[in-house]
Amino acid sequence: MSLRLTALAAALLLAGAAHAADSIKVGFVSTLSGPGAGLGVDIRDGFQLGMKQLNGKLGGLPAEVLVADDQQSPDVAKQAADKFLKKDKVDFMTGIVFSNIMLAVGPAVFQNQTFYISANAGPSQYAGEQCNPFFFNVAWQNDNLHEAVGKYVQDKGFKNVVIVTPNYPGGKDAVSGFKRYYKGKVADEIYTKLGQLDYAAELAQIRATKPDALFFFLPGGMGINFVKQFVAAGLSRDTQLFAPGFSADEDVIKAVGAPMMGMFNSSHWAHDMDNAENKRFVAEFEKEYGRLPSLYASQGYDAALMMDAAVRDVKGNVADKKALQKALEAKRFKSVRGDFKFNSNHYPVQNYYLRVIGKDVQGRVTNKSMGTIFSNHADAYVGACKMK
Amino acid sequence: MAFYRPAPWQKPLALVLLAVLLALPTVLDSLDQSFYIGFATRVLIFALAATSLNLVLGFGGMVSLGHAAFFGAGAYVAAICQQAGLGEALLALPLAMLGAGLLALVVGAISLRTRGVYFIMITLAFAQMVYYLFISARAWGGDDGLALTERLRFAGFSLADDAALYYLALGALAVVMLLLGRLAEARFGRTIQAIRENETRMEALGYPVFRHRLVCFALGGALAGLAGALLANLTGLASPALLQWTQSGTLLVMVIIGGVGYLYGGVVGAVMLLLLEEVLLGFFSHWHIVLGLLLLAVVLFAPKGVAALFGRSRG
Amino acid sequence: MTQLILEQALNGLQFGLMLFLLAAGLTLVFGIMDCINLAHGSLYMVGAYFVAAAAQAADSFWIGLGAGVAGAAVLGLLLELSLFRQLYRRDHLSQVLATFALILIANEAVRVIWGPAPLMLNPPEALAGPVEFVLLGDTFFYPAYRLLIIGVGLAVGGLLYLLVAKSRVGMWVRAGAANREMTEALGINVRALFTAVFVFGAALCALAGGLLGPLLAVQVGMGESVLILAFVVIIIGGIGSIRGAFIGALIVGSVDTLGRALLPTLLRVLLPGDAAATLGPALASILIYLLMAGILFFKPQGLFPARA
Repeated sequence: MSLRLTALAAALLLAGAAHAADSIKVGFVSTLSGPGAGLGVDIRDGFQLGMKQLNGKLGGLPAEVLVADDQQSPDVAKQAADKFLKKDKVDFMTGIVFSNIMLAVGPAVFQNQTFYISANAGPSQYAGEQCNPFFFNVAWQNDNLHEAVGKYVQDKGFKNVVIVTPNYPGGKDAVSGFKRYYKGKVADEIYTKLGQLDYAAELAQIRATKPDALFFFLPGGMGINFVKQFVAAGLSRDTQLFAPGFSADEDVIKAVGAPMMGMFNSSHWAHDMDNAENKRFVAEFEKEYGRLPSLYASQGYDAALMMDAAVRDVKGNVADKKALQKALEAKRFKSVRGDFKFNSNHYPVQNYYLRVIGKDVQGRVTNKSMGTIFSNHADAYVGACKMK
Repeated sequence: MAFYRPAPWQKPLALVLLAVLLALPTVLDSLDQSFYIGFATRVLIFALAATSLNLVLGFGGMVSLGHAAFFGAGAYVAAICQQAGLGEALLALPLAMLGAGLLALVVGAISLRTRGVYFIMITLAFAQMVYYLFISARAWGGDDGLALTERLRFAGFSLADDAALYYLALGALAVVMLLLGRLAEARFGRTIQAIRENETRMEALGYPVFRHRLVCFALGGALAGLAGALLANLTGLASPALLQWTQSGTLLVMVIIGGVGYLYGGVVGAVMLLLLEEVLLGFFSHWHIVLGLLLLAVVLFAPKGVAALFGRSRG
Repeated sequence: MTQLILEQALNGLQFGLMLFLLAAGLTLVFGIMDCINLAHGSLYMVGAYFVAAAAQAADSFWIGLGAGVAGAAVLGLLLELSLFRQLYRRDHLSQVLATFALILIANEAVRVIWGPAPLMLNPPEALAGPVEFVLLGDTFFYPAYRLLIIGVGLAVGGLLYLLVAKSRVGMWVRAGAANREMTEALGINVRALFTAVFVFGAALCALAGGLLGPLLAVQVGMGESVLILAFVVIIIGGIGSIRGAFIGALIVGSVDTLGRALLPTLLRVLLPGDAAATLGPALASILIYLLMAGILFFKPQGLFPARA
């Protein structure tokens, strides 16, 4: 009797599991206010554009995107994520910009067995020892763009470099990434407070150090202020600025303008990349929002496409986590950055390019692709990952 | 103002409420609203934190704008304990209280030499120091705060289930309320209230005013530490945001709208503020405007707080 | 080395002078009306938003600055007449709560009107670069815009000194700070005086916000951190004293800047690398609070108490 009941229950459960969901819910937590808002807004707009192109559906199922602002605070993000996971019971989560917030929110998401598709934050922890079947990064591992800059600075023969970054996990990943490929002298490593806006003291210190190149990683409003104050202090005359694409994309260019011309930076994507998906994306984005997309927007857009392809692959049966994981790993969507694949730690293996800021044919100050720094580049932590 | 004396209906009401709160997780589970168990836990924890400030502010008469330091310190001690492998709540929570209490003892010993507005400002300054110390300390996570890899265990039982943590928070709050009720009517409680009313006279009568105040201040700090430790378990993170001065302000707001110097003032205030937030935020994302206007209304029209609107609970 | 020291000293001076603009209004309101105004930082924020919005509309920084400061003064007037008048005679606790409420309202209102992202305010084109000057045979660089801030700060400081120390109104203000009842008894319209002081304080806030806007960012919450610093300044200087606010602001500005610049380097010499890397920034950021606690411990009324 009890055996039969168990069998019946199991059958019912299986039946329930095999049944396709009738709609998909996505929890989007991102930084939409404060100095980091530019990044979150771009990811959101990219994601929403993707949803619009998919007619509001993911894998053919009607989809609902719930948006919350984390105010760049791990606490607020955790509360918002908790609500999405436990109250709204979302099928996917995405949107987080900053790695420290990602690390705070991650455990709850993974414990709930919800897939997180990171459209930005790529902390080294989740690429290595703490890699998780429920975490995918559709952008890059934090170190990658910095590694690319490090390689370029090394190849160009700069000998005396100062590094400036905020004192948080993303900042430390930046330094280790840069130094993995730059082998010359590091005159000074300056760690600033996250969210700092006045860099007068640091700039005086840099002037005294007299570096020939300066590598900085200050996302959002921090980078805007830093570049403005760097130029105002007259340091741009003797010191060449280098940055990862985060500190040299449309959000920063819009705020700083012409003083940024000639600055080299690295990215896995550029708006002038020559492929059909990207051309369509850039054109649609400009039409929809009246500005050029940044790399953040491209990442948000890709996240939407990735969810769509995976849900389609499992025929809407998102309750089958194993199958959904396989489908996500298979990566059956066409990314705007061109082809790439996922590594065993669910981070991309892809090309990284050099960009330089200059005027385009229409006279706008923007990025221009200059060539490839790395081809099919993987992150440095994948060896430590034992994916279940 | 005079001595605190509980209203006759307070005790039965508290028992009824306790019964309701005991049944809450089961009810929420059956309604498939288990998300709100976590929310209810949060309310209980903030009720405890606000009550601890009420002890300092309402009973001790000390306007501290640095209470968040002790609240946050408790959270950090819990996280540090957990990371060091000390996952037993029966050890970690008392340690959090001890840590926050000792911090309060030091801060109080210096701050209580000043009066009035200077006291407000020096407690604020100390809280800022603690805040900056924690965000600069890389070993404790710096700006990111210190994450708990898992929740504590209580006498060996896991608190991973939201309901389990809820009952721990409820138990802690109930015990604290019971003890504070006793304390308010005991000799120490009467002395500290008398000092609040007339410091000079108590001094003249030979009471060790400074020592009474200091003990009260440290006790408030220890209880805030307990609340902080519980909160770190709920959110899984000891965050520097808990140490920010706006957090002190929020706790102060809770106590004031609840009712300064009423035993349940902190509880009433915390429940009101957090419920208001949850409800208003649902359909009005700019709810802070509403909250601000409500606060102004409280200051201008009900300066004794909401608890004062319910009958005379003060003699 | 000389360049570094000079540059850091100027940075400290610039920071201190901006703190003075904020602290001047705060210390008067606090000293004369005995009113804790936590929303003083919100006036700074709203003032900065006014300036940024006006500058964008007029496409001129200077017009924006003027219009923004005027706008903040009007806002200050309305606030004083509608709310603060009722708060003067209330206890400190009520003042803390009411002005905390104002912070919440101001932050949210700004978010509603101007959105959650920071506003961009650019310095006048001519001042965007560095100034080059020769001193003792060496060439020095310093951002032109920061020099302007120093100039304006010094000018306002001087003006305030003349106003408070030499003018009749200033005499009333000082009298009010020292003894309110007596001043009232002498037949001075203290009510109008209060209003004037409050409005003036609001205008100074907006001036500081507008000047710092191009340097920092005009964003929600910018007032909170700076408010605490302003309080530290007036506690160190002595509540109600303009001279105290001036000295206190310069002390806080230079201690903070020099501490941040020199302490990490200094500790690196004295301590092993790891300990220095942790302790340096920590110590630098709490230096001013240590200073304040120390001063309060030895001089509980601050350096220049207004009520002797």
